[in-house]
Amino acid sequence: MISEPETAISTPGVADSYRAIVNAAGAGDFSEHWQRLQQNLEKMGLRVHTRFREAQRLLRENGAIHNVFDQSNNTRAWQFDPLPLIFSVAEWGHLDQALVQRAQLFNLILRDIYGPRKLIENRLLPPELVFPHSGFLYPCADGNFPEPQQLNLYSATVAKGTDGNFWVVDDHVNQPFGAGYSLETRVIMTRSFPQLFEGLRVHRLAQFFRAVRQRFGQLVRHNQDDPRIVVLTAGPTHPDYFEHAYLASYLGYPLVQGGDLVVRDSCVWLKSVDGLRQVDVIFSRLADDASDPLELLGHGGVPGLLQAVRRGNVAMVNPIGSSVLANPALKAFLPGICRYFLGTDLKMPSIATWWCGQPRECKYVLENLDRLIIKPIQPLAHLPKATPGRMTDIERKRWSELISANPRLFVGQEQVDYVAFPSFEGKKLVTRQSLVSLYVTAYNDSYLVMQGGLSRVASAGDNLLVAGQRAGSIKDTWVLTLEPHQQVNLWLRSATDVALSPHFAPLPSRAAENLFWAGRYAERTEQTARLLRSVLVKLREVREFGDPDDRISLNHLLQALTHVTLTYPGFTGKDAQPKLDDPRSELLSLIRDIDRPGSLRSSLRSLGRSAVAVRDLLPEDAWRMVDQMQSWNPRVGRALIGSGRMYDSVQQLVLQLSAFSGLAYENMARETAWQLLNIGRRLERALNLIDLLNETLVPCYDSATEARIMETVLASCNSLVVFRRRYRSFMQLSPILELLLLDENYPRALACQMRQLKKHISELPHEANIPAVGQDEAIISAAMEQLLATDHKALTRQISDSGTYPLLEALLADQKKRLQQLSDSLTQLYFSPTLALQQFGSPLRELAL
Amino acid sequence: MKYRIRHVTRYHYSEAVNLCRNETCLLVRQTEHQRCHNSVLQISPEATDIHERNDFFGNRRTHFAIQQPHEMLTVTAVSDVEVFPRVYLQKPEQSHPWEMVVEMLRTQRTPDIVAVMPYRYPSPLIPLLPSLADYARVSMTPGRPLLAATMDLMQRVYRDFSYDPTSTTIATPLAEVIEKRRGVCQDFAHVAIGCLRSLGLAARYVSGYIETLPPPGQERLIGADASHAWFAVYLPGHGWLDFDPTNNHQPLEQHITVAWGRDFSDVSPLKGIALGGGKHQVVVSVDVARQPDQPLLMHQQQQRQGP
Repeated sequence: MISEPETAISTPGVADSYRAIVNAAGAGDFSEHWQRLQQNLEKMGLRVHTRFREAQRLLRENGAIHNVFDQSNNTRAWQFDPLPLIFSVAEWGHLDQALVQRAQLFNLILRDIYGPRKLIENRLLPPELVFPHSGFLYPCADGNFPEPQQLNLYSATVAKGTDGNFWVVDDHVNQPFGAGYSLETRVIMTRSFPQLFEGLRVHRLAQFFRAVRQRFGQLVRHNQDDPRIVVLTAGPTHPDYFEHAYLASYLGYPLVQGGDLVVRDSCVWLKSVDGLRQVDVIFSRLADDASDPLELLGHGGVPGLLQAVRRGNVAMVNPIGSSVLANPALKAFLPGICRYFLGTDLKMPSIATWWCGQPRECKYVLENLDRLIIKPIQPLAHLPKATPGRMTDIERKRWSELISANPRLFVGQEQVDYVAFPSFEGKKLVTRQSLVSLYVTAYNDSYLVMQGGLSRVASAGDNLLVAGQRAGSIKDTWVLTLEPHQQVNLWLRSATDVALSPHFAPLPSRAAENLFWAGRYAERTEQTARLLRSVLVKLREVREFGDPDDRISLNHLLQALTHVTLTYPGFTGKDAQPKLDDPRSELLSLIRDIDRPGSLRSSLRSLGRSAVAVRDLLPEDAWRMVDQMQSWNPRVGRALIGSGRMYDSVQQLVLQLSAFSGLAYENMARETAWQLLNIGRRLERALNLIDLLNETLVPCYDSATEARIMETVLASCNSLVVFRRRYRSFMQLSPILELLLLDENYPRALACQMRQLKKHISELPHEANIPAVGQDEAIISAAMEQLLATDHKALTRQISDSGTYPLLEALLADQKKRLQQLSDSLTQLYFSPTLALQQFGSPLRELAL
Repeated sequence: MKYRIRHVTRYHYSEAVNLCRNETCLLVRQTEHQRCHNSVLQISPEATDIHERNDFFGNRRTHFAIQQPHEMLTVTAVSDVEVFPRVYLQKPEQSHPWEMVVEMLRTQRTPDIVAVMPYRYPSPLIPLLPSLADYARVSMTPGRPLLAATMDLMQRVYRDFSYDPTSTTIATPLAEVIEKRRGVCQDFAHVAIGCLRSLGLAARYVSGYIETLPPPGQERLIGADASHAWFAVYLPGHGWLDFDPTNNHQPLEQHITVAWGRDFSDVSPLKGIALGGGKHQVVVSVDVARQPDQPLLMHQQQQRQGP
């Protein structure tokens, strides 16, 4: 397939086949918009292929389809398909109405289930679908929950049948949301395929998100003027973390985890660098039963959250308990419920669903196991595979047993024959069946549908209904409009006469801590990489020239490497000689051994882990750089470590790290997030420098050796050129110390780190009423004072025959101690480490006789 | 019969707890057979954010938080309860056949029937197990009146299972209890409930206290009692009927009901989440003291004068 001629699109033959495909696919007549799309495609010619690759790369790089930190092995492995699925104005009008009706219906069902339960009394809903369903949460059903329980967000997966009618395949109230992926797909389309939009009026997506923001605003019960809305995620290891971060950043809400929130006085508070900030609305991406470990059975979440909801102090989107609607068996009862509540028929049918809780339906499902899609009505572990038509005898037997033992837990669903749309596979134009997910938000008194969606395309021979959420390709979804484009600005406020003051979202303490560590790891990685680069150069010189002085300075560099990376004993200690004689294995391990703390790849991974937790706060390109570096792993054997290849690899990493710091520097607003990233970086650089100088310059040597050591120290600090230009002299300790320790204006000097630290720390928010406020400022000021009072000439004085420079040694030790105190103080003041939660269930066994 | 019940739970932590949130199900509810005159919680150190509500099952649930560092938490529930003698009007042999009850529960949708539906299905601690149905069928023979069959089931659990506080913990799954035929009152109640539900009946878990009388000639030991649990089965037209499989009889005047639910997890007397705290130890004591049959006001005055 890949060997198809690249000209496929532009040849007239293919234009015909496109036409044939579209007609055969039953995408309606070969109507105007498909023709237009075809013309646009033809105009693009061969560029389609390069743009296609670019789009695929963007999707990957942005993290939408891969998450290196996801531990669930559940990462989406989507391909990108540049051909959009297009809805005409008429077609969309029908879908739009049908979706609004369905959202209203689910909202009414939710309110009834947690309220009067008339549906059960009136035999419209079997009690088995409510009371024992894992989504029905008894603590939310005690009548103390605020009314109305509003279903705020709803999503439906829809298929177009070959008869032209649409069918609902799946309803979603919580996970997955997917609107964020839809947005991302549109962004990539407009970036890589702007030509395809020519002459087609496609609805924008921003209006939907503006409605979402407005809806969230309406849920706020207190603090109407300055509402605090957060996105609650399970964290970077969740397969959909990309979307959580993406939505948080697009909607402008802080992204938080359970540990960032605390309940006090029945209100929810965000632990932020400037103290506790009350939270009014939580857009929760947690599983329902994992949102309050006090009252619900799952782990994680925020203890006391349900009580805060009950007291009306915080609103949840969607309400906790709405997972009771995540039940495919409801489809079998929707038509009756719709007539009961709305007095009309469903505007869009669901795919035929047989609930095994009814004897006749159960019998039918058991007899047709081979052609139906079998699903559980709630998440169940250890289910066998169910591929219709491809079940083995063992699987079929296992399913029969499972269903017979617990019929109420299963449904069978009909496989619909649905339309295939034009699609790119590799370089080939084909037709593939597609499903489209559509998104709905509560808006004023009704619902509003996003005019677009996320379409998924089956791979050849795959059945999307079965393959699950994470298979196949994704493509953009276009809804055509007759109106000329209206500019929709997400940030327009409905009230026009409100004076807007700059609004700074609170920075969660955990995010603050991750920024601090991202700064520290970025610097540590960079420092390690620079030092390794010097080592690799020296290693080569030693081998080429065999100069014993080179050998000595190599040894010192190697020892400095051990100190800076804290990988003891390494090249230090009494057993170090064999490693110093042949450092290659140890070096290779320090470069590549990802599980060895202090190694380059281990620091790189730590940088990645800190950065991914705050990716919503980092400039997009800076994050992308971190993500790219995660795959850095030079495949160079031990024998070739001294060759240019390893050097080039490390050099390339140094450049990427510089690019990361440059992108952060150029693109981040000078707010608390930026201060913390830099405090981490400066603190790490200062500590690294102290360690390096302590190891290399504190001991005394003969003058020839000393000169070489000084040279390598300057080289590993990137300061050789500066030193030569400035001092135009031979290597001397005193001017080196002046440059590396005391020059406040030289960005590699200790004094410069101290000055920067002092400046950043003074700009952090200082909450007056916490204990030890101002401690951080006091520590850094004292350290700075000591440094500035130092005479660099005195430092090189040798007091006795100790073989060291004792004053230098004492100064470095003192500065190091102060910096460590500073780090502790920052942790205490701003990061408020999350204490382990412990759950004490009732210990009280009921023991009486 | 009047009782004063004192139920003390004390946690000791090895390190200070900065913040904890708790939920109790300790206050005594009103029932057809008992009147709770007074039921109060004393919490030390001082609690904030105290809210009482009735939960889904109608139990009295109290939420509270302790928002200052503490190394010990004591929750004491003191309740004055008057228990009326229960009259089991119906002769067991005259109740509906159990299959008929199952059919009524399955097909009727009156408010009464809908209200007992939560008790018909598997619950967090009581899964559907084939072994439960097998065990149940020995008592639930075709056409047997529900009460007679349930009485027989209770007797069999009493006879077949040995009381052994060392054999199970809260985390012991029901399947293991059935297999080993050992446990405590909570396990016996779970077994009987699981049996009844596996056939389509409605059964619930009742938590409370039982008055223990000292052997003749001995003093009653204060605080030596414990909380207790038993089960109830639903008979349409009559309501819930209690059975105590640990003691092999139907509760009369010596059982004090605190709460009920689908299983123990719905009525756990005290649960909490603490921030910090290191290791914890817990001590529980229960005292069920029969009160002289006097007006309550005087009785309280007497108590104040006591030691």
